[in-house]
Amino acid sequence: MGLDKPYLDIPGTTIFDTDQAAIGYHLNMFAMSLRDASNRERFKDDERAFLDEWPMTEDQKQAVMDRDLNRILELGGNIYFCAKIGAVDGQNYVEIVSSMTENNADEHRQMMIDGGRSPEGNRYVHEWEDGGPAARKARGEN
Amino acid sequence: MARITASAYMSHVPLIGVAVDKGLTGDEYFKPLFDGFEPGREWAAANVPDVVVLVFNDHANAFGLDIVPTFALGMSETFEPADEGWGARPVPTVEGHPALAAHIAHSVIREDFDLTLVNNIPVDHGCTVPLSVMYGQPEAWPCKVIPLFVNVVQYPIPSGKRCLELGKAIRRAVDGFDEDLNVHIWGTGGMSHQLQGQRAGLINQPWDKEFFERMINDPEDLATMEHVEYVREGGSEGIELVMWLVARGAMSDLAGGHPPSEEHRHYHVPASNTAVGQLILEDPN
Repeated sequence: MGLDKPYLDIPGTTIFDTDQAAIGYHLNMFAMSLRDASNRERFKDDERAFLDEWPMTEDQKQAVMDRDLNRILELGGNIYFCAKIGAVDGQNYVEIVSSMTENNADEHRQMMIDGGRSPEGNRYVHEWEDGGPAARKARGEN
Repeated sequence: MARITASAYMSHVPLIGVAVDKGLTGDEYFKPLFDGFEPGREWAAANVPDVVVLVFNDHANAFGLDIVPTFALGMSETFEPADEGWGARPVPTVEGHPALAAHIAHSVIREDFDLTLVNNIPVDHGCTVPLSVMYGQPEAWPCKVIPLFVNVVQYPIPSGKRCLELGKAIRRAVDGFDEDLNVHIWGTGGMSHQLQGQRAGLINQPWDKEFFERMINDPEDLATMEHVEYVREGGSEGIELVMWLVARGAMSDLAGGHPPSEEHRHYHVPASNTAVGQLILEDPN
């Protein structure tokens, strides 16, 4: 019998559970190592060489080099761990977070000042059958 | 005898710490947020406890994935502010209370709460931002702090009911400590926010406001709320709010006493990506 995961029916959201942690262990521990200033320097000097010190999958390494946080989450990354990659780039949390959405950092900051993203239309997967906010924006809607 | 006399509840957004550390609290963006903290700060200055039991979650700075304790109690004399990737915050070392921590551990583990006991561990913004919110920028924090780490990062995480019951057990433990100590308990994190995925930026003001009401008036019912509702309504990182229930569980009304008085409430959107909430409850004398 499978595990009960009711949170899979929330769109645009990856819950970091034990299954995600199992596939993301090395990816997250790489990211956590960036707490150390000397590791931040070594990563900045040669990202590929630093990543090759960790037994991560090639997809995970590529997602890190691409700074594709949605892909990173899909591959087992957790946002608190992987935000430290953004810290190396000198990003703040608004810049890091906005990179996963349809908005750039300025648009995202303004959305937050205006009260944030409404839960209306964003509670269940079926509400994003049209592709969700990013696809809508790409089609020029809203 | 030691006694828990008050509880406080507040967001621990990193940007709040940045604003304090860089002297930005009077800026246009931050002023309404910090103006709203002011009555809480006045209350905190007039009611400095001997010890705060500070409930929060680590954000990949102390534990990582090598050890994932559901509840971990800080036993040491000191806790250093963590470098979270941007450099450590310029805030005082957090001083613990090993004797009371040992007593709480002994008491609640014997009540079947399987705490992990930790020494020599850094504390991140989850612990230091609430201290800055309440006490500003002192040379040393005005009270001792016992950090209580709750795992809300890797699921499964503890239920609301479990958090509330742990708070009740902590109250009983503190009541049984012989030294005369005034103890506060703070639950931190929240309110609604989501930091990940295409749904990031979610804020739910009506839900947050109802959460305050239920936290104050019917915590036993609030404790039955399922995790999926926190996430769906309050965002994936809004799940931190479950930690407020540990503090609420330690109030006297849940041990047969009278309801607490509301000393302060503040709500503001946004700080960074987050809806900020603060609540202070005091037990009747």
